[in-house]
Amino acid sequence: MNLGGGQVVNKQSMMPSSSCASWKSTAGGGSSGGGGGDGGVPDQFPAGLRVLVVDDDPTCLKILEKMLRNCNYEVTKCNRAEVALTHLRENKNGFDVVISDVHMPDMDGFKLLEHIGIEMDLPVIMMSADDSKSVVMKGVTHGACDYLIKPVRIEALRNIWQHVVRKRKHEWKDFEPSASADEQKPPEEPDYSSSANEGHNWKNTKRRKEEDDEAEERDDSSSLKKPRVVWSVELHQQFVAAVNQLGIDKAVPKKILELMNVPGLTRENVASHLQKYRLYLRRLSGSQHPGGMNTGFMGSPEAGYGSISSLNGLDLQALAASGQLGQLPPQSLATLQAAALGRSNNSKSPISVPVIDQRNIFSFENPKRYTEVQSQHLPNSSNSKPMNLLPGIPTNMEPKQFVSLHQSGQHSFGSMNNQVLIQMGGQNQIQSQTQSQGQGQGQVQVSTNPHHGLRQPVLSSEMLTRGGVVDLATTVYNPVVSQASSLVDFSMNHKTDSSGNSYPLGGSLGISNITSTSSTLQGDVNLDTKVSRRGIVPSYDIFNDLNQNGYRDWGLQDVGGLTFDQSPVLLQHNRPSGQEIGGQNRNLTSNKVIFSPGVETGAHRNGSNIGQPRNSYVGENPLRVKAESLNDGSSHNTLYPDHYSQDDLLTAILKQQQQQEGVGQPENEFGFDGYALDNLPV
Amino acid sequence: MASIAQLQKQFIEYTTTLYSEGYLNDQFKQLQKLQDESDPNFLVGLVSVFLEDSEKLIKILETAFKQKTVDYEQVSLHVHRFKGGSSSIGAQRVTSVCVSFMNYCKEKNLDGCLWCLQQANHECILVRNKFEVLFRLEQQILKAGGSIPMME
Repeated sequence: MNLGGGQVVNKQSMMPSSSCASWKSTAGGGSSGGGGGDGGVPDQFPAGLRVLVVDDDPTCLKILEKMLRNCNYEVTKCNRAEVALTHLRENKNGFDVVISDVHMPDMDGFKLLEHIGIEMDLPVIMMSADDSKSVVMKGVTHGACDYLIKPVRIEALRNIWQHVVRKRKHEWKDFEPSASADEQKPPEEPDYSSSANEGHNWKNTKRRKEEDDEAEERDDSSSLKKPRVVWSVELHQQFVAAVNQLGIDKAVPKKILELMNVPGLTRENVASHLQKYRLYLRRLSGSQHPGGMNTGFMGSPEAGYGSISSLNGLDLQALAASGQLGQLPPQSLATLQAAALGRSNNSKSPISVPVIDQRNIFSFENPKRYTEVQSQHLPNSSNSKPMNLLPGIPTNMEPKQFVSLHQSGQHSFGSMNNQVLIQMGGQNQIQSQTQSQGQGQGQVQVSTNPHHGLRQPVLSSEMLTRGGVVDLATTVYNPVVSQASSLVDFSMNHKTDSSGNSYPLGGSLGISNITSTSSTLQGDVNLDTKVSRRGIVPSYDIFNDLNQNGYRDWGLQDVGGLTFDQSPVLLQHNRPSGQEIGGQNRNLTSNKVIFSPGVETGAHRNGSNIGQPRNSYVGENPLRVKAESLNDGSSHNTLYPDHYSQDDLLTAILKQQQQQEGVGQPENEFGFDGYALDNLPV
Repeated sequence: MASIAQLQKQFIEYTTTLYSEGYLNDQFKQLQKLQDESDPNFLVGLVSVFLEDSEKLIKILETAFKQKTVDYEQVSLHVHRFKGGSSSIGAQRVTSVCVSFMNYCKEKNLDGCLWCLQQANHECILVRNKFEVLFRLEQQILKAGGSIPMME
């Protein structure tokens, strides 16, 4: 191989070209593929991947070549961009991916990137010793699939095949827009997906979610069912941290992806997640005022909530059944929540948030709905804290909050976002958002609520007990669930605190707490319903939903009451989340808004974005998660404005519950794997 | 004639100091792992390439600074290249100099740049010597029939 000057194009074949070809053909759904068996590709893939490396630095070129060969890739070296371009043109289908340096003497790396993108549409990975944001950004804007910083490590190169798969998937999608990609997915695809996703819950979640959210998915990705990334709470937290680090204005998917450094996560995943998150934030900021957010979730104004207590834990399904869910969008959320909670919402607004706190959870839903509720119930309203049901919002669950949620219903989601966001920053931020945290409990943030101890957990516990599921769906908001108390605090609780509802979740969000709390909550009525529903606001879910559905508000909505539930609920359904929930709850204590642990399961979100509320963000980064959900949040009860109709939410909730231990489906509601609001029989 | 064990011990000790003194870093370790039986001279070849390239770059930089008006943009690009190559191979001290060099370029500080250029040259010579000793030790071990110990 020549490292030195001149044009060096060395082709080192590691694998018989047939393997590449075959892979190509399968993947490309028709790409020419040189022949070679097509069956074997999945097994071999990504071995034999044909990589073209372009770098004027001979040292790097040699190193890259060696590393790529060690990954069993077929490597061709080039030290001149022009030569590389010629080579590419001469072998139209000769390469699968291109890795190019940014600074080259004969041609700017970005130019080369553009050329390749236009002429050959191959995935291009940029590389440089320069890691300044501007350069990386340039890579993103010019369409680079990835950006590697020198010195490049072999680990970074091992996963480059994902870009190829991704691109192919997109291509397929384009080619067969009508043919439902779902079924149609090229047969090989699943193989790739599996190989690609091994180790990720994507597949699992995805599969599940795909079924559940077929509709949603279709919306998103017409023909192809892309593997869904489950935005677990952790993942979401990472995401939020990255976004914060970059600054929300400057956060671009590529850079976020880099900062997150999550293997297997694609830029597209981040991009869609970011989109949702942005919406969430917007909503949050919109509904700064109290109650804005919360109300959203709270969903049906009292009507539903009256029953909320019953909802808690009960029957999300019942709710769904009652058809309340039907109302979902603004109400749906509430309904869902209610359903989650226990579905008391049978009346039109299932969510009736009897508990003002609950509202917080649901604040996403229509503010209006909540207002009603608020006025009525919110016994807690004493707190007048805006219910931060919304995931973003620090749900102090105080009744006030709830009220506020109500008002801003929409905002709640948005506010939730804020809150959520804030959380990220420092959990307490949400509180600030939540307006008057006053009690500190309401705030979803969990952390912020000093008092939350009680409230929040209570909520969650309540939620959990109640409907178990409820929150999941609705709880998206569960910001505080963790810690048991803090979570639920969504404004709704503030009453609870007093009443003792304070969600004792405390500590282990797990359901155990909830149970205890639930009982208490029940007493509060408001809390109960709220709590149960909200309890867990899978913060994470929110995003999931967002991702999946395009920002569901759910995150926020649930936050209010669900938050707590989320945790418990989440726990349940998400099994993994369950634990997480517990953990999340813990998080709560740490003053983090804990979005429903379920969220963490990550898997969930994508799948089931049921309607929205599912996402009770239980804790974990309630903020974060919520943010996502909040995006859609639009506080009106449509947690998932886009995709999830109330039915979905209910379904999701129900599903969460079921999953959880009887509650609907665990996770997936908002991203929880289990939860699929969709499942809720609306 | 030292025994294989002795040679190996020497090798390990020497390598350890190279790392502790900052001549080489983890990146080099990674590269060492890449070497296998199919390509036993990979590292040697790679280091030669690096050293050659470094010499070239230094010459280019010297020329650039001799100009009446120094084109800092160009100089920057070269230093950037230098930095990339040295970091890829794990020649840590060289990379550090390059980093300072870049900063001086940004400031258009001629004195600073010249000093860095001198340092870069110096560090390249040093690391070249280190590599030579290292490879010689390796060769001795192999000749004696032993195997090169893997640094953890």
